[in-house]
Amino acid sequence: MRREWIYALLLLLPAMILLMGFTHIPAIETIIDSFYSTPRGRRAARFVELENYRTLLADDVFLRAFWNNLIYAAVTIPASIIISLGMALFVHSRIRGLSFLRMAYFTPTVLPLIAVANIWLFFYTPGFGLIDQIRGLFDLPPQNWMGQTDTALYTMIAVAVWKEAGFFMIFYLAALQTIPTPLREAAKLEGAGRWTFFRRVTLPLIMPTTVFISVNAVINSVRLVDHIFVMTEGGPNNASKLLLYYIFEVAFQFWDTAYASTLTVVILGMLSLLAIGQFFFLDKRVHYK
Amino acid sequence: MASRFLKSTVIAALLSATAMPALAVDLEFYFPVAVGGKAADTIESLTADYVKANPDVKIDAIYAGGYNDALSKAMTAARGGNPPQLSVLLSAEMFTLIDEDLIEPFDAYVSEDEKKSWFGAFYPAFMENSQTGGKTWGIPFQRSTPVMYWNKEAFKEAGLDPDHAPANWDELVEISKKLVKKDAAGNVTQWGVRIPSEGFPYWLFQGLSTPAGAILANADGNKTNFDDPKVIEATQFLVDLSKKYGVMQEGAIAWGPTPKAFFEREAAIVWTTTGNLTNMRENAPFDFGVGFLPKKERFGAPTGGGNFVLFKEASQEQKKAAVDFVKWITAPEQAAKWSMATGYVAPRADAWETDAMKQYVKDFPQAAVARDQLQYAVAELSTYENRKVTSILNDALSAAIAGEKTPQEALKEAQEKAEAILKNYR
Repeated sequence: MRREWIYALLLLLPAMILLMGFTHIPAIETIIDSFYSTPRGRRAARFVELENYRTLLADDVFLRAFWNNLIYAAVTIPASIIISLGMALFVHSRIRGLSFLRMAYFTPTVLPLIAVANIWLFFYTPGFGLIDQIRGLFDLPPQNWMGQTDTALYTMIAVAVWKEAGFFMIFYLAALQTIPTPLREAAKLEGAGRWTFFRRVTLPLIMPTTVFISVNAVINSVRLVDHIFVMTEGGPNNASKLLLYYIFEVAFQFWDTAYASTLTVVILGMLSLLAIGQFFFLDKRVHYK
Repeated sequence: MASRFLKSTVIAALLSATAMPALAVDLEFYFPVAVGGKAADTIESLTADYVKANPDVKIDAIYAGGYNDALSKAMTAARGGNPPQLSVLLSAEMFTLIDEDLIEPFDAYVSEDEKKSWFGAFYPAFMENSQTGGKTWGIPFQRSTPVMYWNKEAFKEAGLDPDHAPANWDELVEISKKLVKKDAAGNVTQWGVRIPSEGFPYWLFQGLSTPAGAILANADGNKTNFDDPKVIEATQFLVDLSKKYGVMQEGAIAWGPTPKAFFEREAAIVWTTTGNLTNMRENAPFDFGVGFLPKKERFGAPTGGGNFVLFKEASQEQKKAAVDFVKWITAPEQAAKWSMATGYVAPRADAWETDAMKQYVKDFPQAAVARDQLQYAVAELSTYENRKVTSILNDALSAAIAGEKTPQEALKEAQEKAEAILKNYR
């Protein structure tokens, strides 16, 4: 019995070390750091209790980033899921130039996000960017899409959706291909239309994939910020600032590591809540037999 | 057999270790590149020239991205216990680097005479961001100042004198109004003026606040004057250019495409760094002029760009070698070469006296404009916790430009926020 325990522990050890070293210990250290002031070369860190959290509640940039992130998530998650499903259904059917179309849809995923951002930067550039050139054909005035506070966030959202939809499409495509053909034939015999088949058969069968994708979409809505670095740097006046970008800025541009830790703790808390919710709520409803 | 092989390997290794020259010094040197053009190639070739002349010093010049990236890279490396010995970093970060205890002044490595002859050779406007508390923390190198570029052809087309640039704010508005072109549908095809404001509006904004008569921060880096009425006046003017006079595109205007907007005649007058000069000269399809930023109460512009800084964590030999290298690369001949290749302002007067530079200015008199403007230039906004404080000002300016707040409200708020940070440093 004892030997089995040792054996089991040894097997678990590599994973445990990695998980501890890169996930749990840094998380705990971050929580501890959030109660201290930022150490500078000339001053050591000191214990400040909840001061960082008080700063956070009064920080209008944080509130703005938080609100922006909510909008970002509320738009990118459903939009990328619906578009990817549509694309998957489209390239699942037999049409001309199928593999070319599949490749075209998948391209945004293969490109590095920084390259993607540079392409979009060209699309959005006021005056000579692609979008304004097209608008020019219809005599519409040029628009400074990334430079206006009311559109900046949505330009970032469009890039994210464009990037993500292609990636999620692959999962949907795989899921669609696992649906057995007899079901389709049976439905045909019963006289069910395409829409009924989609709603009553396809949709429930790909539900586990939808859950997987939605979990990923939630994570990405907090994680996907590379294009913001290249395109707007969170501006103008924080209009396109998201939480992770703000953390980066506070930590590595302002070098206020204590406050960055505080922000991290808040995000960590929110994501944990979400994960727990998804785990207990969605998981039970999806895998029915 | 195996042991004999091992033995000979060990001996060979020992021999090669002792065969190295006793004085060899390895230096790591980070440099940033902020504008397009030949900056990186020039730094690398200058470094290679130095190493060739000084074979006992090996310098590894490492490209470190833009100014912010270079600072992040240097700070991260230092926190990881592996800082470079030398770096070019944004001169406005002087207080941050002092506060982090990462750099040390050059004073200890030069004689009293050299302090006069070397430090004293640089333009005083550049030294404002290099010295504090009687110490010299940075040596000017990759330094710039914003200037105004104007399209002479567009001036002619609008019936203006192509050799007369707007000299003050009123003229700037008058002339710009005449330069605005619209198509049949009433859409603007050519703007009068373009003052980039995206990302870091504070820098070019100093080209308005300084002429208005304001200084944004004190020399100790621990007090700002964001709510000075003159600062508010300058902000109001910036906003008015698009909202009231309709001569500038609305909203935040990007830096990157500014030269392109100039070449494509999207804007007839543009403000941007003199570091773009070579780029403009090579790519502008028309004759253009370069001039001072227009005056209000006075002429004025910020300086900008990067200084050499010396990192604390280095051996005595490394520091000596680093100082020697900096002395060499900022010497007149090298400074002139660098300035001609990039458009950055050669940071000392005697560099402009070299034959090569004289010839260059003769062929291309626009190159001297930034230098001549230096007599009116002031320090770039620089304080403790610099990035945070400048980002507060940036946000305030962006809010005013976007029309979310009045200049008065935005700057008052900014001053309060900056106070909350800087009071800890007084």
